[in-house]
Amino acid sequence: MSTPDVVSKDQKNNWLYSAEVKDHFFNPRNFMVDDDGYVADGVGMVGSPACGDMMTVWIKVDPQTERITDMKWRTFGCGSAIASTSMHSVMVVENGGRTLDEALAIRPQHIIVRLGGLPDRKIHCSVLSDKALRQAVNDYFRRAGKKDRMVAENSRVIDKVLKITDHDIEEAVLEGADTLEKVQAKTKVGTGDPSCIPEVEQLIRFYKEKYFN
Amino acid sequence: MSDRKEAYLDYAAATPLDPRVIAAMKPYLDGCFGNPSSLHTAGRTAKTAIDDARDVISGILNCRSSEIVFTSGGTEADNLAVLGVARKNKNRFNHIITTTIEHHAILNSVEQLVKNEGFSADYVKVNREGIVDPADIIAKLTDKTILVSVMYANNEIGTIQPIASIGKAIAQWKKENGRRPDEAPYFHTDACQAAGALNLDVKALGVDLLTLNGSKICGPKGAGVLYVATGLKLEPIIFGGGQEWRLRSGTENTPAIVGLAKALEISVAEKEKENVRLAALRDKVIAGMTKIPKSFLNGHATQRLPNNANVTILDIEGEAMILYLDELGFCVSTGSACTSANLEPSHVIRALGLPYEAAHGSLRITLGRFTTEEEIDAFLAALPPIVEKLRKLSPVRLDMKNFV
Repeated sequence: MSTPDVVSKDQKNNWLYSAEVKDHFFNPRNFMVDDDGYVADGVGMVGSPACGDMMTVWIKVDPQTERITDMKWRTFGCGSAIASTSMHSVMVVENGGRTLDEALAIRPQHIIVRLGGLPDRKIHCSVLSDKALRQAVNDYFRRAGKKDRMVAENSRVIDKVLKITDHDIEEAVLEGADTLEKVQAKTKVGTGDPSCIPEVEQLIRFYKEKYFN
Repeated sequence: MSDRKEAYLDYAAATPLDPRVIAAMKPYLDGCFGNPSSLHTAGRTAKTAIDDARDVISGILNCRSSEIVFTSGGTEADNLAVLGVARKNKNRFNHIITTTIEHHAILNSVEQLVKNEGFSADYVKVNREGIVDPADIIAKLTDKTILVSVMYANNEIGTIQPIASIGKAIAQWKKENGRRPDEAPYFHTDACQAAGALNLDVKALGVDLLTLNGSKICGPKGAGVLYVATGLKLEPIIFGGGQEWRLRSGTENTPAIVGLAKALEISVAEKEKENVRLAALRDKVIAGMTKIPKSFLNGHATQRLPNNANVTILDIEGEAMILYLDELGFCVSTGSACTSANLEPSHVIRALGLPYEAAHGSLRITLGRFTTEEEIDAFLAALPPIVEKLRKLSPVRLDMKNFV
């Protein structure tokens, strides 16, 4: 079996991840214990078990203030997937809850900073909760009859299973991934939906020409 | 998370050194440092130690000492077998047969030949239980086939391949196709995982090449063996001073070679008793793990190494299970993508015809010389609460009927 090549950010600590990741992994916050009696205002889902990561996010929204008063989640995935979802939920509901706009402004990078860092190759594949939350917020707007508020993706979804966008591929190329293999190592694009690979290859060529030629 | 019960259950990854191996190696780590190629006493002492090690190993393999090539480990021996045979014969032959469940030391060597050196390859599939059918190998043989490489026992799921039957079938094919026994196609087996448990007689197996290493049998890392049948010509992959019959240049790693021979000697001597003891523990692990709802064994129930259990637990992910287990002191392994460099889940579990989900949730438990029943009991007690906790966190509810 393959050897883990993710290494601890803190080399003094023998553990794979930061202390903060460890804490959220072993003591996850805000996860959905029982969804039977839970009345959500919006639900979002991303990933699939075939990709190795999948998560569901439930939110409650105060319609007056548009604050997210509660965020619950379930995650199938590795240590960093569980910890990053847990941390994301804490960030969304802390201090009385962020407004929808504030919550949507949380990017994976912000979650990673709060986690004290993640191994590089874990970043794109395991931090999916921002995408799941965006879906949940759209679901809320749909239910609330505010379809005009639904967040138009400023980028186009390429991998429909993992909800990987052309923007995600652009970022990977900018970080130096210049082949399909390297982009996959960063994003996992195509592992759940291989039919998108030709388009991914085309995008890699496009962004390489755009930025490096 | 206190109450740690240290239990190392990952012997297929690496094994602790047996104290008897350490004792055998010690004189060559501390004192006897000569270069075996030197003519003086210090060199000759080292040379004698290597010759003795070669004799021990050739006795166990039922071959000549001159057929033993020491390498830096299993990967190098596999590389030398594949690349060495293929390149030496590239003018007449250009085809290789292997299987979908080989170690990457084989698969990536073959891929190199296919991508860059004009060879073609067939990857024979295994059945749902991870076993190769010799007839499927023979069906792929052509007059251009130079090498067949099939692992003796698999490192992930422990399945034991019918090497002797494949060897016989290839010999029969040669007879029918007017080839002498010492002509192509040649037959290689990677016996790294099998070494501690199975018969290593190369004549009985009918192999022309066989890979062994020290680090899976309570011997040192950094030492491997390629058995090369007399008359079989290889092109070296490492060039220099011409050591190891000009097949593997570089000053010999005397302590590691001595340790490898000692480790092999011990495991062969204790094999019979140890196989019985480990198989009973393995069956206890399998029975205990498959008691967990929505779990199943990967690989064959009986045609597997006595030290290997590989079980998929659905709805949760392997790395998460491993980290929880590690926190309690249990070292095990997974085929999940999250721990691999390329983020691809285990090619072996996928080769069984199982979906990605099965690989992501697989746990490999491999036992060895120092594994005790208490450790197994502690592991089997620790696992179910971890599974329960991770399942509570997981949104996935797979249907078991898609996996059996």
